[in-house]
Amino acid sequence: MHPDLPALQIVVPLLSAPVCVLLRRPRLAWAVAMAATWFAFGNSIVILRHVLATGPISYALGGFPVPYGIELSIDSLNALVLVIVTGISAIVLIGSPRSLEREVPTERHYLVYTAYLLCMTGLLGMTITGDAFNIFVFLEISSLSSYSLISMGRTRRAVTSAFQYLVMGTIGGTFILLGIGLLYMVTGTLNLADMSQRLAMTGANRTVLVSLAFIVAGTSIKLAVFPLHIWLPNAYTFAPAIVTAFLAATATKVAFYILARFVYGVYGVQLAFGELRLDAVLLPLALLAMFVASTVAIFQRDVKRMLAYSSVAQVGYMLLGMSLANVDGLTGGIVHLFNHALIKSGLFLVMAVVLLSVGSTRLDDMRGLGRKLPLTMAAFVLGGLGLIGVPGTAGFVSKWYLILGALEDGLWPVAVLTLLSSLLAVVYVWRVIEVAYFQERPADAPEPEPAPASLLVPAWALLGASVWFGVFTSYSAGVAREAAEMLLGGGR
Amino acid sequence: MTVETAVGLAVLLPLIGAAVVSRLGKVPNVRELASLLTAGGLFALVVTTILPVVRDGGRPRIELMEVFPGVPLAFEVEPLGMLFGLVASGLWIVTTIYAIGYMRGHDEVHQTRFFVCFALAIFGAMGVAFAANLFTLFLFYEAITLSTYPLVTHAGTDEAKRAGRIYLGVLMGTSVAFLLLAVLWTYYLTGTTEFRPGGILAGKAEGGTLVVLVALYAFGTGKAALMPFHKWLPAAMVAPTPVSALLHAVAVVKAGVFTVMKVFVYVLGLDLLRTSDASRWLTWVAAFTILTASIIALRKDNLKARLAYSTISQLAYIVLAAAIATPDSVIGGSMHIAMHAFGKITLFFCAGAIMVGAHKTKVSEMHGLGRRMPFTFLAFLLGSLSVIGVPPFGGSWSKWYMALGAAEAEQKFMIAVLMVSSLLSIGYLMPVVGRAFFSAPKPDPEHAGDADHATGARGIREAPLLCVAPPVFTALGCIALFFWPEGLYDLLAGMVGS
Amino acid sequence: MLGGPGLWNYWIVIILMMTGLYVVIAKGNLVKKMIGLNVFQVSVIMLYVCMGKVDGGTAPILADGFEVYSNPVPHVLMLTAIVVGVATTALGLSFVVRIHEAYGTIEEDEIQDLEGEV
Repeated sequence: MHPDLPALQIVVPLLSAPVCVLLRRPRLAWAVAMAATWFAFGNSIVILRHVLATGPISYALGGFPVPYGIELSIDSLNALVLVIVTGISAIVLIGSPRSLEREVPTERHYLVYTAYLLCMTGLLGMTITGDAFNIFVFLEISSLSSYSLISMGRTRRAVTSAFQYLVMGTIGGTFILLGIGLLYMVTGTLNLADMSQRLAMTGANRTVLVSLAFIVAGTSIKLAVFPLHIWLPNAYTFAPAIVTAFLAATATKVAFYILARFVYGVYGVQLAFGELRLDAVLLPLALLAMFVASTVAIFQRDVKRMLAYSSVAQVGYMLLGMSLANVDGLTGGIVHLFNHALIKSGLFLVMAVVLLSVGSTRLDDMRGLGRKLPLTMAAFVLGGLGLIGVPGTAGFVSKWYLILGALEDGLWPVAVLTLLSSLLAVVYVWRVIEVAYFQERPADAPEPEPAPASLLVPAWALLGASVWFGVFTSYSAGVAREAAEMLLGGGR
Repeated sequence: MTVETAVGLAVLLPLIGAAVVSRLGKVPNVRELASLLTAGGLFALVVTTILPVVRDGGRPRIELMEVFPGVPLAFEVEPLGMLFGLVASGLWIVTTIYAIGYMRGHDEVHQTRFFVCFALAIFGAMGVAFAANLFTLFLFYEAITLSTYPLVTHAGTDEAKRAGRIYLGVLMGTSVAFLLLAVLWTYYLTGTTEFRPGGILAGKAEGGTLVVLVALYAFGTGKAALMPFHKWLPAAMVAPTPVSALLHAVAVVKAGVFTVMKVFVYVLGLDLLRTSDASRWLTWVAAFTILTASIIALRKDNLKARLAYSTISQLAYIVLAAAIATPDSVIGGSMHIAMHAFGKITLFFCAGAIMVGAHKTKVSEMHGLGRRMPFTFLAFLLGSLSVIGVPPFGGSWSKWYMALGAAEAEQKFMIAVLMVSSLLSIGYLMPVVGRAFFSAPKPDPEHAGDADHATGARGIREAPLLCVAPPVFTALGCIALFFWPEGLYDLLAGMVGS
Repeated sequence: MLGGPGLWNYWIVIILMMTGLYVVIAKGNLVKKMIGLNVFQVSVIMLYVCMGKVDGGTAPILADGFEVYSNPVPHVLMLTAIVVGVATTALGLSFVVRIHEAYGTIEEDEIQDLEGEV
């Protein structure tokens, strides 16, 4: 591996973004974005393989020695997150010109690609960096660009949703900044590894507790932890279809990573769970999210919105894994991050196809689509089974580890509740299946346009991968397990 | 071809068949030929290559990949799985022949979807039969549920949709909430999910834990239709008759009781169950189900509903046998999987033939129909006798061994339950035959002027040949199973190591 | 690092923060929300500036006679945070402009009325 690849991981998309602005022509801008994202994808795979083979990478940015300069530090956990973020970005981007045609005026396409690249840069930066303040800066880069991406949706509700997200996101970001500042006061360093060592010496005091509270609250807003999720359903519903597919699979996942990194990597299990009892807060919230958000999803009339609420519920599963704080549970949380990214972005791509084809994602407008768009709706069924966690799909792998983790902690009611909540997913998925397959298409409904291959193929690729990783788990659960062991063993 | 490859191929073949059939929607004759060839090929493969090895004590095993630490996706054939594999693949052929006649005779829609899902259900059944561990079994168990859902809702009407909801809700709900929990709990306790002779839980679980596990496994297997999780089976009778045959005889409920039996023998272990008495309470639940379902069956006028409750009652026999947990009861219960399959498939085939040939679904409308459809009702009679369990029909053997097992375990009350339920089954099955043969056809006011009806009672007017030949064949099978049960017994004896 | 004037500067930080949050939550006017957000961000900037300041310290210029100087790191960080704040405000205000174009109002409750059901 070339030694500068970690830096290129963020530099290439960052520099490609202004190139898109300069080029302006939609096709050219798309080509640049494609080149940058696919490069980043390939790059991240090389990094992951390297990390798995030889252990963590530390890269001193600009040659300033660690811990004084900014360090890029990559271990199995964030290498995996890098692959997810770049992979989803690259695959979703394939069909975007076709999907954007319907939703965004052509002369503004280049802005979408620019913001897309910037957003990805921010997410990759948050993931790859080993410096606390750097996390905040990249967080704001990704946030600002995602606000503008959401505001490009075709209805005026997109702008109000983006504004709502901006207000909440800024509060979240500022909370994180505040938490980092308090940590800096206690430890006198911004390097995450350094912080962890010094916190071990200071132990728990009130400043540490407050910093943890602010960081958890801040990331929870970005992660859409119930009940701080209010921005998410609107943002996902009204954003352009490919933006939703991109953000749903990446933004919340990186926020989860940040939370895991701080809780396990900086505070450590002993401090966060032993002394500060973080699990007493996270576990009930996780269970609430699983039940309340899934129940709300059942009553949605717009399928895109239903999937958004389902995302809030799925965040609950990840959070559950985190709060269990044992190897199996944490593996479940991390692998669910991976699996859910595949499933949800695939499903939102299916929604992009439906939107393009019938002009709406309302449940009523999907009547009889099973016959009209067989491949599209079959993809939806596949993704839906993944959401439910049917064995043989990736969702089952997550569930397996989560429940095992709960049993290991002796929390069998949690295990039962987790299983019961997945039955709610059966209900909301089956509502769509019944409508699409067993209701006749109304006579006055316009004939659906054929599904474009440029969107259908990526959707099938993602959902196919979710089935693949339901059986071949060494790259998903295997890496997640390694990351979980590292977080639990090496965090302190 | 090694026998290990054959095991893998046997599971895969129905899947390949489904793929081929799905591409042949435009040419129905070729499509049906493909279905038949796959079914025949599968049965031939199972009988010629796998059966001899297993009968001689071999346990061919094929491991595909490790999904979770210590939990591979793997197949291994042992006697019980062999039996279920034989039943499923063998009856698939007969059911396919019947389905061709029925679907065409009834002018059903979506026939390609039907045959594809049918093959997928068999794929699931073969996977369940040959699963080497609980994980693999659970995977294919859910595959059966999902692939049969479109079959249950085949008609697409509101009633079918409602049935589909109940079907999916009960089967998915119980399997996810109970069975999966039990599987994970077992894995947590033992670190493995493999099926091993003598069970894997000995020394790992006792007392209350064991009782809860027994409950989770018994109720989690919703396909075994133990009360109170039996509602899906009567609800699913809205489906076309070949689907009912699939549900009641070939794949679905048999997969359920098979799972219960397999878990009790190879996971919980008979010795552990007997010494700990953890399944004693389950015998009472099973007994309750046997009697209650039989009584409900007596009161049902719709023939298919009556047969559905009869199935619930018969399935509970097998659960009862597993819960008694002696070698003889387990052998009897396992034999009953095959015996009941042959008996019940005959009855459902006949019910379908009556529907196609005479458009009658209610028992009270069947006066004198026997003279018009003698072959159908003769087959119905033979099937009924086998289900009731009188010699010379296969069903008598399985009941005999189950009663023997109950005696061994000194559970005399359970022997009484078996007797009483046999009487009850006479009560709900015989009137159908009696009414058809011995009472005069009633004039039907609705079709009084119907030319068709005017000749109704006179002359033989059977359903199409493809609908009548299969029940006759399976009815003869019931008799054959009485005279040649040794093969079955010897095979199953390998299961309990006697 | 604390000392000197006691903790009153931190109390100011807290008061500013609460004021900002209150305005964001309580006010329906979108521009006022942006103002509240700014106040909120400024409070955190104040916090960083406070923590970097050392009593009696000077700017970190190496010169004879000045031994004690303030910690420059938090101050430098805040340059970035200010830039982020400005960018957020600009983007937020541009949204407000577009909302005004689309709805003809920037009052939250009126926007909700215009949308009917949410």
